[in-house]
Amino acid sequence: MSGGFDRRWLQLLVIWAVLLAVPFWLPLVGGYTALAGRVLVLGLAAMSFNILLGFTGVMSFGHAAYFGLGAYGAGLTLKFLAASTPLAMLMGVLLGGGLGALFGLLIVRRRGVYFAMVTVAFGQVAFYVAYSWNDFTGGYDGLRGFSRAPLNLGFTMIDITNNSTAFYYFLLVVFAVAVGLQALLLASPFGRTLLAIRENERRARFLGIPIERHIWLSFSISCCFTALAGSLYALLNNFADPMGLHYSLSGEIVIMTVMGGMRAFWGPLLGAAVFVVLQDYISSMTVNWMSFIGLIFVLVVLFFPRGLLGMLQRRNAA
Amino acid sequence: MSNMLEVKGVSKHFGSLRAVENVSLMVAPGELRAIIGPNGAGKTTFFNLISGFFPPTSGDIVFDGEVITQLPVAARVARGMARTFQITEIFPELTVRENIRIGAESAAGLRLNFWRTRAEAAQVEAAIDEMLTLTGLTAQADRLVGEMSHGDQRAAEIAMALTLKPRLLLLDEPTAGMGEHETYQIAGLIHRLHKNSSYTIVLIEHDMRVVFNLADRITVLDQGKLLADGTPKEIADDPHVQAAYLGSAE
Repeated sequence: MSGGFDRRWLQLLVIWAVLLAVPFWLPLVGGYTALAGRVLVLGLAAMSFNILLGFTGVMSFGHAAYFGLGAYGAGLTLKFLAASTPLAMLMGVLLGGGLGALFGLLIVRRRGVYFAMVTVAFGQVAFYVAYSWNDFTGGYDGLRGFSRAPLNLGFTMIDITNNSTAFYYFLLVVFAVAVGLQALLLASPFGRTLLAIRENERRARFLGIPIERHIWLSFSISCCFTALAGSLYALLNNFADPMGLHYSLSGEIVIMTVMGGMRAFWGPLLGAAVFVVLQDYISSMTVNWMSFIGLIFVLVVLFFPRGLLGMLQRRNAA
Repeated sequence: MSNMLEVKGVSKHFGSLRAVENVSLMVAPGELRAIIGPNGAGKTTFFNLISGFFPPTSGDIVFDGEVITQLPVAARVARGMARTFQITEIFPELTVRENIRIGAESAAGLRLNFWRTRAEAAQVEAAIDEMLTLTGLTAQADRLVGEMSHGDQRAAEIAMALTLKPRLLLLDEPTAGMGEHETYQIAGLIHRLHKNSSYTIVLIEHDMRVVFNLADRITVLDQGKLLADGTPKEIADDPHVQAAYLGSAE
């Protein structure tokens, strides 16, 4: 009992120490800070997706839609409304999370493969809207001509526009708040009803849990956090493009989550780190980087069905 | 005295199959009613109608004076109805305590809460401990339910149902697939719930020793229809029941 407790604290300590020290150690191993930013952003997207997959047991193959909508929401705000980074993030979350919640109302009665298929369909609708609406979204070329604005904290300004280290720490703070909220959510009575639905929907229903309402809430919350990650992605790149809505990104989010370990809270972050680093490294050598990642994914699923973090935790426990 | 459960002439048809045909049933508060019948008699379908798994084709179901025929499952649970299943339905990757906690928090109305107050937490944990004691699972509280024996899994499922503080407990073949010892253990638990805690219980059961030892009254279904309804003695002496179970002599 206390052993598990200690291990959890140790795990948290290691994760946060590694993340906090990124600007110091990453250049030493040949990385660059923007790469770590990508890991945080895609890690947040995968962890948000995992609220649905890992902790509610519901599969979505269209989470890129909410990620991309978050990115466009942030980009369009910066370009047309106001040069405010917090407002851009808020609008991204409202656009992605809001449309996700509306769409969720239509699909919560679907299950399994049917649910997954309609999420793909919605994702492709969002993709083609962004792809075709040249005047507003920039179409195929993506949305350019905006950049993140310095943070005004009242007493001081933080330059996250040009200072990549400052921007990394900004991302890390947003990431920390978001995953902190997720952890609280999953440890709450509401979070336990989601586990109940994952484990046995029939039993959960006969314990008086209104299944559809709770799946809808889980889906909507997951969409909001995914949209937050998408808005950060727009800030990171000063760019939003239709590929951020495409189902191939939805698939990549699934791969990160499953590879890292969908039953472990931090699994998707590890999955995202492995994915992003491999992508960066292999794509510098060959354009067929996806086939290598695919191979690694297959090997992980075959030999470590609980994912990389699931495997590490099991080894420690043994 | 009003009945806890009144089933009035319910039928359930699946296309041309008449799974349940015009069956009525009255259960008094504190009664333990057994439903028996050969395989395919419509017992589980009848149970599903009472618990709200699907609505009947015709007829009415009255629970404690209120017509609940069309109410969804969650609303029936809120009114005090809980059930277990023929194939144990549990949360296999959670511990016994966690399994029961989900039921206890649902019963305490915390389903949508993103936090628990200290008082709520204490109330829930006390309810869990009470159920663990009642079902004899205290020593196994921190084991994963999926790794326990069949009998203990069944006890955990019953514990979960009991956290809902049900006024009517529906048990679908509680001793199905169990060995001698486990059957004895579960039958003992049901007996305690009935005699010591005065639960109103309706159960489907194949094991006739269990049925005739526990039940106040027995309802016999055959081919979807009500065949007989009476005390264990009346049922044992009923020639129609004997014919249904042993084959007719005609």
